[in-house]
Amino acid sequence: MGEEVEDMDQVVIANRLSDGLVVFLAAAPGSLQGEWKLRLEQASVASDDARAQELLALGVAAARQEQKVIEPYLIEVERTAEGLRPTLYRERIRCQGPTVRTDLGKQAEAREV
Amino acid sequence: MYHYDEYDHALVQDRVAQFRRQVERRLAGELTEDQFRPLRLMNGLYLQLHAYMLRIAIPYGTLDARQMRKLAYIARRYDKGYGHFTTRHNMQFNWPKLEETPDILAELASVEMHAIQTSGNCIRNVTSDQYAGAAEGEIEDPRIWCEIIRQWSTLHPEFSFLPRKFKIAVTGSEADRAAVKVHDIGLIMRRDGAGQAGFEVIVGGGLGRTPFIGKTIRPFLPKEDLLSYLEAILRVYNQLGRRDNKFKARIKVTVHETGAEEFTRLVEAEWLQIKDSALKLPKQEVDRIARHFEPPAFRVLSKTAPATEARIARDRDFAAWVRHNVAAHKVSGYAIANISLKPIGKPPGDATAEQMDVVADLADAFSFGEIRVTHAQNLVLPHVERDRLPELYDRLAAAGLAASNIGLISDIIACPGLDYCSLANARSIPIAERITERFADRDRLELIGEMQIKSSGCINACGHHHVGHIGILGVDRKGEEHYQVQIGGSASEDAALGRILGRGFSADEVVDVVEKIVDTYLAHRNAGETFIETYRRIGQDPFKERVYGAA
Ligand code: SF4
Repeated sequence: MGEEVEDMDQVVIANRLSDGLVVFLAAAPGSLQGEWKLRLEQASVASDDARAQELLALGVAAARQEQKVIEPYLIEVERTAEGLRPTLYRERIRCQGPTVRTDLGKQAEAREV
Repeated sequence: MYHYDEYDHALVQDRVAQFRRQVERRLAGELTEDQFRPLRLMNGLYLQLHAYMLRIAIPYGTLDARQMRKLAYIARRYDKGYGHFTTRHNMQFNWPKLEETPDILAELASVEMHAIQTSGNCIRNVTSDQYAGAAEGEIEDPRIWCEIIRQWSTLHPEFSFLPRKFKIAVTGSEADRAAVKVHDIGLIMRRDGAGQAGFEVIVGGGLGRTPFIGKTIRPFLPKEDLLSYLEAILRVYNQLGRRDNKFKARIKVTVHETGAEEFTRLVEAEWLQIKDSALKLPKQEVDRIARHFEPPAFRVLSKTAPATEARIARDRDFAAWVRHNVAAHKVSGYAIANISLKPIGKPPGDATAEQMDVVADLADAFSFGEIRVTHAQNLVLPHVERDRLPELYDRLAAAGLAASNIGLISDIIACPGLDYCSLANARSIPIAERITERFADRDRLELIGEMQIKSSGCINACGHHHVGHIGILGVDRKGEEHYQVQIGGSASEDAALGRILGRGFSADEVVDVVEKIVDTYLAHRNAGETFIETYRRIGQDPFKERVYGAA
């Protein structure tokens, strides 16, 4: 058989209903209650696919029941010296804010795309 | 300019009240996103990469000082202190909260503005020439006709669920500043042999995945028949337009697949049925609308402008501003002043709340309170006394609004791209910012002369890259940003689609490629030739050779 594929780290991302801002799901393993956080570092990271699916199911259920977020889905992240970093540049921009007007908002904080 | 009547006021305010209730239900969890999405889109509220985005219509690009101040207020109070002018006479706010959007819409309604029909498969905001009512050689003020079209198309029951969105542009001058040939319908005012004013009707232009230059289906349409003829076109489209494939649903594909001749025959046959219906425009009605667009009380001024001439003679920067940003006015002693929203190294088309307030004040002080927005993402003060230009320039400069580059290489059209737009493949704004930085030198700018760069972050082509002299298109290549470059397009009277140069480039390479294209033009041009003229004379090969190296 081929090489063993390492599972990617993943987090659940969504938009908050009230203001549209990007949020991340934080929930302890086995918990039925999650919280939506504004910073990627606050997200619960799934290091295998089973945990990722558990988080996603929790996020989707919360979105349906509480109607507080829109369209949760999983994104891949990697751990770097500076912290978590989405592997796709689209998601990096989503997590860190626009790469323009770097005087404003969360993009005003240190970034690296 | 046009002012709402009771009917308009009631319509817009009712919509705000209705949307307020819908938002409440959504926030209370009584409506799901699937149920709510069409409702918010019908009120101009999109969800983008980072937040909601509110798209506000600026009908045919005309705005007064009071409305501009309101936009500034909204930017400051409800957003992050800035807004973005798009290529279709819209203002987009990038950070509105859902819970505050009904308040924003109520603020807008108080100054006769709204976000209705800025989304969906309906007839969108009608666009026009930013010099309307001021341009030398204009046949008639096209905004009269834009307003007539706006009233007819607003909540038109038959055309609220077209196969796809529908965009109309109108110009009253021979010079096309509204890119009419790349709209679903483009209307150019013409005179017939007897001197009567009417329209050349162009159908099926468009950009996006399958770009087309529109086809003239009627060289001359009498004015009073405008609405019946538009209705005939829309009816034929509504019947034949494809609904099986979103990418083939625009009227450009209908015209292409049906054939322009057959399409014209169908329109004319339909028109015969309704030509003399209630849609025929009675003269009193046209006159009533026209009264809203009566010229302001121009003063009788001398042709000479001594203060302006003296400043031109001694101030090189001011002279450059006048040369590039000021256009001839139809009334003696007046001038049209363009305000460039393309300062070096900044996002094209963005304005801060402070700048919006300054523009509103300057409109009051210099231009009868009138402001225009352009499809090239700039602003215009349409009626400025020529001899007060130095004073205006100084006040613009103090607000960082005196970039002297209208029509030059740094006057770039760029869509929001991947910095904001959820459909994007790649970023558009940072490329534009870097190009303006590369070509910041005034002498070089002047040497290059007229040049339009247009950049889109995906094939939807909101940045009009197909019709840029140089067009840049962001694509996704194996998860990385990548750019295709094309050259030879034009959005003016001589509208043409650019041709792709060859393989694409990384974000790091693309500014160098633009520079190589410019250098090739400078090396080959004959005296007095613009980029597009040189390109048309020598073709693509010399540019290819320079960019990719000899084969
Ligand atoms: S061209 Fe594409 S990326 Fe740019 S604004 Fe339009 S949809 Fe978004």
